Amino acid sequence: MSKKNPEYDFKWCPGCGDFGVRRALELAMIDRLEETGDRMENNVVVAGIGCSGNLVHLLEGNQPYGIHGIHGRSLPIAMGVKMAQPNLNVVVVAGDGDFLSIGGEHIGPQAARNLNICAVIMDNGVYGLTKGQSSPTTLQGKITSSTPFGKLETKTNPLELYLTLGVSFIASGFSGQPRPLSQLIRRGMEHKGFSIVHVQSPCTTYNDTFMELKGDLANGIQPTIWDIPEDHDISDREAAHGLLQQPGVPIGVIYHDTVRPSLDQNVVGTWEKARPKTVEQLMGAFEF
Amino acid sequence: MQMRDFVVRFAGEGGQGVVTSAEGLAQSSTQVGYHALTFATFPSQILGGPTWTQARISVDPVLAPGDDVDVLVAFNQDAYDAHRQEVREDGVVVYNSAEFEPEGDSRSYGLPFEELARSTGNNRAANMVIMGALAHLINMPQENLISFVEERFNRGRAEDAQVIKSNIEALNLGRSHMAASDFSLGELAPPVMPSYQQLMIKGNEAVCIGAMAAGLDFYVGYPISPATPILLYMERNLVGKDRLAYQVSSEIEAITGIIGAGYAGKRAMTATSGPGVSLMSEGLGLAWIAEIPLVVVNVQRGGPATGLPTKTEQSDLFGCMYPAHGDVRLPIIAAGTVEECFYGAAKALEWAERYQGPVILLSEMSLAERSQNIRKPDLSQVKQAKRLTYTGDNGYRRYAGNELSPMPIPGSPGAYVANGSEHDDMGDTTHLAERHVQMTERRFGKIKLLEEDDYERDQPENSIAVMSWGGSKGPSREAYDKLKESGLPVSWYYTMFLNPLPPKLLEELKKKDLVIVPELNYQGQFSSILRSMGVKAESITQYTGLPFKARTLVEKITDMTNACLKETVGV
Repeated sequence: MSKKNPEYDFKWCPGCGDFGVRRALELAMIDRLEETGDRMENNVVVAGIGCSGNLVHLLEGNQPYGIHGIHGRSLPIAMGVKMAQPNLNVVVVAGDGDFLSIGGEHIGPQAARNLNICAVIMDNGVYGLTKGQSSPTTLQGKITSSTPFGKLETKTNPLELYLTLGVSFIASGFSGQPRPLSQLIRRGMEHKGFSIVHVQSPCTTYNDTFMELKGDLANGIQPTIWDIPEDHDISDREAAHGLLQQPGVPIGVIYHDTVRPSLDQNVVGTWEKARPKTVEQLMGAFEF
Repeated sequence: MQMRDFVVRFAGEGGQGVVTSAEGLAQSSTQVGYHALTFATFPSQILGGPTWTQARISVDPVLAPGDDVDVLVAFNQDAYDAHRQEVREDGVVVYNSAEFEPEGDSRSYGLPFEELARSTGNNRAANMVIMGALAHLINMPQENLISFVEERFNRGRAEDAQVIKSNIEALNLGRSHMAASDFSLGELAPPVMPSYQQLMIKGNEAVCIGAMAAGLDFYVGYPISPATPILLYMERNLVGKDRLAYQVSSEIEAITGIIGAGYAGKRAMTATSGPGVSLMSEGLGLAWIAEIPLVVVNVQRGGPATGLPTKTEQSDLFGCMYPAHGDVRLPIIAAGTVEECFYGAAKALEWAERYQGPVILLSEMSLAERSQNIRKPDLSQVKQAKRLTYTGDNGYRRYAGNELSPMPIPGSPGAYVANGSEHDDMGDTTHLAERHVQMTERRFGKIKLLEEDDYERDQPENSIAVMSWGGSKGPSREAYDKLKESGLPVSWYYTMFLNPLPPKLLEELKKKDLVIVPELNYQGQFSSILRSMGVKAESITQYTGLPFKARTLVEKITDMTNACLKETVGV
């Protein structure tokens, strides 16, 4: 644990949204352990590269297992862990650059597999650790260190993307609300399939959207986040799609498919058809 | 005169029975006690395209496809044109007379393969017509072939008897038609049935079973020639509870997937070819720095980028030994025969677990698709892949010290972060110079755990040595045996273990005046590595997409040896 580790020299900037996400993840894991009686050593946090990935070193208290791998590959690493030991609770932590840009190719396949893991994505709309380059969720036209004349591409809408790719549990959260966020992460962990909790987690140094998101009513600034109404039917894809057409950032569960089996469940389904053979039997097929 | 060795090349269009004819001939020959191997090249397209397969039948064990073609079976004009010059001077061409007639070729004889097959009532018996014709040419007893047909088509079905009858009829027709020609190649010496149980198996299949014999329980892969058959075999056989074989969406998913599985305690493997290894580069570096056991099989093909997907080459040694940025040198096992595909795969799994890191098994197109009779592997010789695992409490420092340490597995106490950044002893990121020194030395030091003095040698007293690697072992050994017989003073060395090299072998090689390394690449990759270790090594290179001919090697080794001897005497 890095807090007492003098060698570990990484720090989030003061006010970084990732502090709130860390707290939410800790709460979700602790709540889960208390409620299910599971043990911490059955939890694995697979981290992407960037500010957000350092969360795996910054977790406080009882430590889960972790992998801090290579840029963009947290999802297939998590797939290997989960398919090796389907009983583990596997959580991915990554940022918008890692997950949506270099790692974007891995979201579709996990959605199609319905890989039973929970991905917590910290979206700050910028590459923070490399000092302020544009990311897929940076607004078009925004001037960043890598877009001196303004960003040329449109902003990706991650929630729409997840829905289109067939992610079976999609939630949207805000780092400024650790308690409710922990509940979303908790639901994502419980979901039997691929869950993504996409979190607005502002970068106070390069893209501070904190005030925009939260609003400042005293100064007449309306928040861009809004709570998803309780009557939203989370099992309805069309309704989820409709929700995402509205301006601002909806907070809550957007879509939840409880029907589709997960990859590990489908694998168990093959055991009936499979006829495992001993090595001796396998060689027998080539004997003459 | 009795022949000890017989090479037939079947050439035609994909789908004409080129491969089945060659494999059928090889199989039927091994069943009566001959040794056989096939060599195949395919067009890189789904249907059709020029294709050829060579079968070598021999009284003695053989490891190379054979230099000269005794008989060419040409299914069409293009095949005849492309392969005619490969037939030895007094060899014979058997061609499909329904397709074409070669002009002015006195050593050729035409048979209407399909028409003769149809006359037996079995349109699919054309390859039996051919086999009958070949049997005449080498005076092979007809009963050998008949017993093969009876065994092959005895599938417990009602129509078996009819199928067997028509196939035997086709054999007889082929034989009697060929007898009408004046051609005969003599008589293949009678076989000596080996006393041990044998398998007729391809390199790719041997890799699969070898890995499973060592305890493989997790495989993911992505289709790529010529490694795809490994994925397909695994998906059918690495099945059931607690095992998984699964197709993922890229080689990047394959390497990172087995990193996750290896971390979570599985004996994990993937197989690919050159382009896949390139994509796995960063993942291999991660497995190295985070100390995660896994095996990558590289069934080499030719050339960079897409290169020559269906040809053979040994050009990935550099790329596999140094696959990643940042001071990485991976353990390498290179299989040189179909049998070594089995033992090499088993050893690769065992090595990966032993030193807790990535291991590369090199195979090549020519081994992967080679059908060969081998001695049935002895499972009692196969060491199970076993990992030193951590069994203590929480608060463990996974990366403490300069040596291998027990590895915690998720699900048990001992949580740590497997970190792809340079890390301290608990797995947290650090930039301290002394840590990078410690961890770098720890990672390289562990390779010493893999040193095994397991190598072949013959006539070690000679100061000039031949030492090939991988699939060039076959033609090199054949060349060496001929040179030994002729009295050329060279010694023979060989090992599957390219990194780390067996320490005693390296000591011996360092004392040689010259180590000649036949290898299928332009740069002389292995000899260059040997030179960096203080061995006076020089390559014989070839980069045609085809294996060496023993004859070429005999000539070149003789020249290099004589030149070196002259130089030594001169000094």
